[in-house]
Amino acid sequence: MDFKFSDEQRMLEETVGRLVRDSYTFDARNKALESEHGFSTDTWTQFAELGLLGVPFSEEAGGFNGGGPELMVVAEGFGRGLVVEPYLATVVLSGVLIDKLGNDAQKEQYLPAIIGGETRFALANYETKGRYDHRFVETSAKKDGDGYVINGEKAVVLHGDSADQLVVIARTGGSGNDKDGLSAFIVDAGADGVSRRGYPTIDGLHAADITFKDVKVGADALLGDEGKALDALEATLDLALITLCAEASGAMEVACDQTLDYIKERQQFGVPIGKFQALQHRMVEMRMELEKVRSITMLAACSLDVEPQLRKKRISAAKAQVGKSGRKVAEEAIQLFGGMGMMEETPVSHYAKRIVMIDHWLGDREYHLGVLEDLIDVDDHAA
Amino acid sequence: MDINYTAEERAFRDEVRTFLNEKLPKDISSKVKEHKRLGKEDTIRWQKILNEQGWLALHWPKEYGGTGWSPIQKHIFEEECAEAGAPTVLPFGVNMVAPVIIKFGTQEQKDYYLPRILRSDDWWCQGYSEPGAGSDLAGLKTRAVRDGDHYIVNGQKTWTTLGQHANMIFCLVRTDPDAKKQEGISFLLIDMEKSEGITVRPLITLDGEHEVNEVFFDDVKVPVENLVGEENKGWTCAKYLLTFERTGIAGVGSSKAALAHLKQVAREQQVNGKPLIEEPHFRSRLADVEMELMSLEMTNLRTVAAAEAGGVPGAESSFLKIMGTELRQEITDLFRRAAGPHALPFLPEQLAGDFDGETVGPEFAGSVASRYFNFRKLSIFGGSNEIQKNIISKMILGL
Repeated sequence: MDFKFSDEQRMLEETVGRLVRDSYTFDARNKALESEHGFSTDTWTQFAELGLLGVPFSEEAGGFNGGGPELMVVAEGFGRGLVVEPYLATVVLSGVLIDKLGNDAQKEQYLPAIIGGETRFALANYETKGRYDHRFVETSAKKDGDGYVINGEKAVVLHGDSADQLVVIARTGGSGNDKDGLSAFIVDAGADGVSRRGYPTIDGLHAADITFKDVKVGADALLGDEGKALDALEATLDLALITLCAEASGAMEVACDQTLDYIKERQQFGVPIGKFQALQHRMVEMRMELEKVRSITMLAACSLDVEPQLRKKRISAAKAQVGKSGRKVAEEAIQLFGGMGMMEETPVSHYAKRIVMIDHWLGDREYHLGVLEDLIDVDDHAA
Repeated sequence: MDINYTAEERAFRDEVRTFLNEKLPKDISSKVKEHKRLGKEDTIRWQKILNEQGWLALHWPKEYGGTGWSPIQKHIFEEECAEAGAPTVLPFGVNMVAPVIIKFGTQEQKDYYLPRILRSDDWWCQGYSEPGAGSDLAGLKTRAVRDGDHYIVNGQKTWTTLGQHANMIFCLVRTDPDAKKQEGISFLLIDMEKSEGITVRPLITLDGEHEVNEVFFDDVKVPVENLVGEENKGWTCAKYLLTFERTGIAGVGSSKAALAHLKQVAREQQVNGKPLIEEPHFRSRLADVEMELMSLEMTNLRTVAAAEAGGVPGAESSFLKIMGTELRQEITDLFRRAAGPHALPFLPEQLAGDFDGETVGPEFAGSVASRYFNFRKLSIFGGSNEIQKNIISKMILGL
């Protein structure tokens, strides 16, 4: 048992840390938010130059060969800076799925473009009726000659408004939330029949509702075997959940730090308000929730190689804990800041929004507690 | 970063498991698992078995007969013991007074007391709290006045856990009433059997149990060689104990065992003809507890690993105390709910180790409400959870 980072992990931590500290200021982020797609393409290029866009990919593909702990390290750093660039959408949700399902030609075509920062992707999988259930897919892909015709609607696709390419999950068989029959396709975002309604989200990101109407793709658009995308999709979502939990952990850390600094400075009744026990205990509780999230995120990040049911159990537990503890930290941060916590100009309010709304990405607390409930008979022994 | 035990750590765990499997008496572990009352003899029998193996003094250095184990080894051992249903070692001797004697005691004190503690010759209890000194421990008033070769002790201690069995008590007493309150305290060892003037009275708790006592001192003569450390430096001893090896404070092993038992109970109990474990609200709370337990276990392991790397777990153990006790209390609440209306019948005789009559309701249900109420103590003793928050606030947050 050893919780120390390896040299490579420490190097990643320093790289991201330096970037966030030096150039990802609150003002720079605000400026990026005002741009058309809500992020900075210069920053994206910087990510590519630093090798960050290759973290989860094999060395042959030009990547860093990183796993859960490496993505965790990167995402914690992003969380500390409330990074808004489409890392999760492009690198993890789409890139990792392409890496898992694609054939050599597809990987050669798409992965270097992702790693180099030239192409951005989004994963179009969730649908309104399925809410957080990735298996509930009504979007269909019907055989049409050598290729397929895709019809359906995808909801709140993370960074779907700006992506150049989409990975679309569609049914080639089965119905409802059947395990079999899910297939993954690469679809050009500008293809005929694709229409997007993009919008900003309240936590500083962008998303889109996307409609596919008789969208024709070739046979080479199919990733992996027809109807067999589920296992790879779930493994990819698990990695994305680890990334998201780590991002929450980084953001929660900063929210705690900023709140602590504030209650040490803010004077009322002639003393810093941090002298009041009622506030001290709330601050301690915030820190305790942060420690829980840090811990269970580490557990999740180190569980990619355990048997799948246990892996799912730990990762869902981590996301559920983020939902529960994150809400508490965010609400308490605003409360301890008082009126200033309500202000758009106060950075902590942006942290609070991101931390609370992370619960709405990739399954909320109730959804993941439900996964835990389904796996209640799977026993766990951490070490 | 690797959260898994190394091959050596796993081999050690197997060694512990084999030992527990062979040497932990089944009549004792079944009492622990069924939440029956343990007698003094049960605890002593188990302590002697541990001592024979050389595994009683977990935290002592090897030269004094301790294990000399690393923090990870201790953690593995404590966890395996809890899961196997081993009784808790009486902490007052081996884990509380002994470390103070090792750190501050004279050679004579070490030579005399430490072997006796290892052999379970003495049953120690703790004389800290007083009616007027709880969280504000330094406000204690029990007075010790030097009179030649003796101190004359007068005053009252309270919440003295299992003091009814004890022949020895270690006390914080006031030796200088004029000094600042932390600076006039001394650490004194008192023989309860041989001394005149000591009265132990039972305090019955809300669950009907006799765990704690009050102890009165009326002109009790204590030889000066029973002073540990310097006169008026007793607060240093007390503080040392607070920072001493508390990674086991989270109680992860016992919570894991309790949760496994709770799931078993929930599979057997029925609601509307269906297993309770399928009832959505109950199941959801179970899942929530399991999630919190996973977070706690990893937080505990992080603290253990930091200790292994040479760090001293100080205020961090306060986090573990709060998280661990809240979780254990939550599990007892779920047990109470699992029993439904059968949590109501109150028949303390069913909790006796030798009870073999017919229980009212399912067997597990007899102890659940008592234990729920008994476990309210967890967030009060050992420094209430509010005091732990004060410690974190001061030591970690700098407030």
